[in-house]
Amino acid sequence: MQHTIKYFGMLVEATSKNEEQLQTEICSVAQLIQQLEHRYPKLNEKNFKVAIDQQLVDNDFIIKDRAEIALLPPFAGG
Amino acid sequence: MNTFNSRYHRQIILEEIGITGQNKINNAKVLVIGAGGLGCPILQYLTAAGVGTLGIIDFDTVDISNLHRQILYGTSTLGKNKAVAAKERLEDLNPDITIIAYPEQLTTKNAISIFENYDIIVDGSDNFSTRYLVNDASIITGKPLVYGAIFKFEGQVSVFNYQNGPSYRCLFPEPPKAGSVPNCSEIGVLGVLPGIIGSMQANETLKIILGLGNVLSNQLFMYDCLAGTSSSFTTTRVEKEIENVKASAAYFETIDYDFFCGVSHVSEITAEMAFQKENVQFIDVREAHEQPKIDILNPIYIPLGTLQEQLTSIETNSAIIVFCQSGIRSKKAVEILQSNGFKNVSHVIGGANALAISMTNLKTNEI
Repeated sequence: MQHTIKYFGMLVEATSKNEEQLQTEICSVAQLIQQLEHRYPKLNEKNFKVAIDQQLVDNDFIIKDRAEIALLPPFAGG
Repeated sequence: MNTFNSRYHRQIILEEIGITGQNKINNAKVLVIGAGGLGCPILQYLTAAGVGTLGIIDFDTVDISNLHRQILYGTSTLGKNKAVAAKERLEDLNPDITIIAYPEQLTTKNAISIFENYDIIVDGSDNFSTRYLVNDASIITGKPLVYGAIFKFEGQVSVFNYQNGPSYRCLFPEPPKAGSVPNCSEIGVLGVLPGIIGSMQANETLKIILGLGNVLSNQLFMYDCLAGTSSSFTTTRVEKEIENVKASAAYFETIDYDFFCGVSHVSEITAEMAFQKENVQFIDVREAHEQPKIDILNPIYIPLGTLQEQLTSIETNSAIIVFCQSGIRSKKAVEILQSNGFKNVSHVIGGANALAISMTNLKTNEI
């Protein structure tokens, strides 16, 4: 399956990417995070929520083909 | 036409607002947490629009490095408490409303009693401990919370706790690890970004007051000022998170939000105490250009950003006292030093600002 992944905030620095295309087997959000953390070890120490097609989802959500995935960290600055 | 109608004329002639809407604005009571980068535009627009009662809470003082984005202040207000300085500026902008300054830190002791006096809470704070505290106090007191936060060139806006919508904890149940999300004083921020995000928060606040449009509840709005793009994400209420907060109401005053957010307890000393210490190595962690210099303490100069690389140049056996401009960066510096095995480390509350005042007092007493 082919997905688009978008990174926000400090996750751009952790992955050195704003956006990328990713091929995966069918998987849950938790499994996707595992794959991404393996690829980008700096993601391990980051806190973020995952949105699939503009909807924030839980870790057991199963990702369908051609999903637009966004990794959203909290910001604190003001 | 009377002053009321003239001042608000351009918004009253909008048929969606009219005199009825203007009266709603004039009867509204809004509390703004933090009068910094976000707080300044929020306060400016809400004052201009005629929000009847505006509360401002901020313990911090105006520093010259704030002026590129904190547009309520000027060189004449340097060193002044921000809540007080903001109130003075805003009373000139609109003397017909009531502005209440709270020149103090928001804590679990004062949050509930202050929140209870307002209809809407707007969060312009700059750290996770305060953001979780504000979220929880809003849930406990049943007030909608207009959230905004920034990171470098990106911003987030949402409205929490509005008509049974989600709260901040429904989005982010756990705070990030301490130090994993830097703030503006550490990594910088473009001045207009909090201007944009704060203005959006003022807009959401007015929409709530007026009952107009789609309030950004159930939505997290993200804006990237470099890419010029924005995106919205749908969020959902997590009942368990809300119930947990409601259940904590009974012991809210005793909750340590710094501990919850992993902020370590750092040993502090006052400026007066700093001058009495002997056999101490002082470290000034400010950038080279920052004034006033406190030469009398004979500090070594290591800007916070380079501290990690310069640890070997610090004497490990002596007691260390760190200071910066206001006491925020020095706290970070103590955490860095402690995590690298330095034992006897503390920092000066109020930083060089407090040291300079204390130094003047000492001199006056000597004379």
